[in-house]
Amino acid sequence: MSTPRTARAVTGTVLAVTLLTPLAACSDGASGNASSAKAGTYSFWDPYPQFDASSPWGKRVTACGAQADVKIKRTPMDTTDLANKALLAGQQDNLPDVMLVDNPAVSTLAEAGILAKAADAGLKTTGIQKNILDAGTVDDEPYGVPIGANTLALYYNTDVLKKAKVDPAAVTDWKSLTAALAEVEAAGSKGITFSATKSEEGSFQFLPWFWGAGAELTDIDSPAAVSALTLWKDWLDEGYAPNSVISNTQTTSWQEFATGDFAFAENGTWQLANAEKAGFEYGVISIPAVESGPAPVPTGGEFVTVPVQSDTGRYRTTTKIVNCLINGKNLLATDTTLSYIAPTARVQDQQVRENAGLQAWVDAVAAARGRTSGGMNTDYPVVSEQMWTAVQAALSGAQSPKAALEAAQQAARSKTGN
Amino acid sequence: MPPAAAPTKTLVKRRPTRPHHRRSALTAWAFLAPLVLYLALFYVYPLYRNVELSLRDYTVRSFVQNDAPFAGLQNYGEVFQDATFGPALRNTLIFTLCSIVAQYIIGLALAVFFNRNFRLSATLRALFLVPWLLPLIVSASTWSWMLNSESGVVNYLLRAVGGDNVNWLTSPEWSLTAVVIANIWIGIPFNLVILYSGLQNIPAELYEAAALDGAGLWQSFRRVTFPLLRPVTAITLLLGFVYTLKVFDLIWIMTKGGPGSSSTTLATWSYQLGFGSMLPHFGPGAAVGNLLIVIALAFGLLHIHTQRRQEA
Repeated sequence: MSTPRTARAVTGTVLAVTLLTPLAACSDGASGNASSAKAGTYSFWDPYPQFDASSPWGKRVTACGAQADVKIKRTPMDTTDLANKALLAGQQDNLPDVMLVDNPAVSTLAEAGILAKAADAGLKTTGIQKNILDAGTVDDEPYGVPIGANTLALYYNTDVLKKAKVDPAAVTDWKSLTAALAEVEAAGSKGITFSATKSEEGSFQFLPWFWGAGAELTDIDSPAAVSALTLWKDWLDEGYAPNSVISNTQTTSWQEFATGDFAFAENGTWQLANAEKAGFEYGVISIPAVESGPAPVPTGGEFVTVPVQSDTGRYRTTTKIVNCLINGKNLLATDTTLSYIAPTARVQDQQVRENAGLQAWVDAVAAARGRTSGGMNTDYPVVSEQMWTAVQAALSGAQSPKAALEAAQQAARSKTGN
Repeated sequence: MPPAAAPTKTLVKRRPTRPHHRRSALTAWAFLAPLVLYLALFYVYPLYRNVELSLRDYTVRSFVQNDAPFAGLQNYGEVFQDATFGPALRNTLIFTLCSIVAQYIIGLALAVFFNRNFRLSATLRALFLVPWLLPLIVSASTWSWMLNSESGVVNYLLRAVGGDNVNWLTSPEWSLTAVVIANIWIGIPFNLVILYSGLQNIPAELYEAAALDGAGLWQSFRRVTFPLLRPVTAITLLLGFVYTLKVFDLIWIMTKGGPGSSSTTLATWSYQLGFGSMLPHFGPGAAVGNLLIVIALAFGLLHIHTQRRQEA
């Protein structure tokens, strides 16, 4: 009687152990503490899941590891995912050695205390355009080095403009742009597409108009801000812009432009390669400000950052890897791969020499502003969320532009405590 | 029986059982251990962490350093006072109730229809399962293309029959309707399968008897099918409720809860707070998540209660 029972007890225990062992093994492998992993392996996070190991970018990362005599374990992931994972990794003390971070997230991660200052990590920031570096600078300390910059401009479809007899060079302010949209509409084509989605992309796309009107992020319900949102709202009401902009991401907005029906699209440097493939002639002009001239556009693009390590001895090799990625010679290739504008004037010259069409983008980047610059830092994400909410409310007709922005300003003020 | 004999007898009886007892208790625990460990690791601990998250005042810095100050119910207060709370709660209730009622009615109608076993009925029934088999990202993206204001096939059809364009995903009046429609479509197969198997369990004799008594189709449905399906109905509705309450991906892919907060439910709001912006609000996000759990739990208990009353 007792023998089978004991046997059963033993079996139960064995079963429990065998069931749980693989679990433990799994979790061991998955959490693989990055900083305490083998000294010869350096972990590397970037937000470019579109590039696999065999892509030029993937190969460059591997090569830079080899040059520093270490193996690089590269983990690409979605950009918002990356910021969240970085916070979690910071909490569990297994941050990667190198991390490419979207520039508006740099100040948040720096505030969280998980990024090393560029100076402490041995990264040089000389020669980098100030406005680009500012996008990742907190209290005069840059937290990383920009790998490249991108920004927004207006793509236009040459055929559609020709049909409507619109000269793109004459589009220099809001009035001439709206007039051009009316003519395009009258000629039977569609006006302009952009992205006003419920995320950072929506704010990113609204900023050129917002800043172009003279508004500031500290005061998002100013008359200038209201005029910018009213411009968008009027375009929707007149049918110059499709209603789908409210849910468009920048990618779906581009897809609308790629149908060939639209005269203009507000989109980024990174679409250049797709523009070549669109099958129609295109051009690029700066986004106009309200009165005249180009509007300030937001700086896009990632920073190469060095997360804080408990083992400071690792920084030396990390610095080698980062410098390999951003040294003058490699930077040109890297930014060509990413379809970005280089952050240094010298490499920009080379880029324009290779492709004259990039001049418009180099100018746009030179005029670009960091979203977290001007002391915004970690207030920016809060203000931005309120701003895209207001844009959504106004464009969908739930509130007037003025009421929407007033509510947004109030919410932003109570949440940032300013 | 001599009085002295009794204790001796029990003693004699008890002695060999003691190690026996201990051993069998050990055996019992050994068998329970995997389950208890599993529950503790994957249910109790996350739940505890979520409650803890919702009771602390997290900033990005204190999250990383794990030293957020205890804030009591402050996050809950913040959530209740937020302008999004009212609409999110209302949308959650509308979304959940409309979805499960429509899913149940359509699922039941289809189940009754397929219960008659005509030719090709098995094939057709299998086809109705497609929404269930597709990954949600595929069906949600397809729905959002179909409902696109400019290029969507739904608006194309509306225009073809002389109707007006409807901004399904981009107007505050329609966005909730759009996600409810998509969610109903996704939930029908589940209702169909469960109710169909419930129907199979109703003995054919009952229908014969009803027919002999002169019951028509409608009467035999109302007086035989429907009452006998009641237990199956109860579990279908409860499971449907819990599933629908926490639907997140479908809404997020189609509208992100927008425009504004017009299709925001508690589930999407919780995600929006925790992960939707560059500056995460883990505390309030966890608080909203806990509210959802409490609502689901309340309905679960209600179900158990009514079931007990039915059985008694």
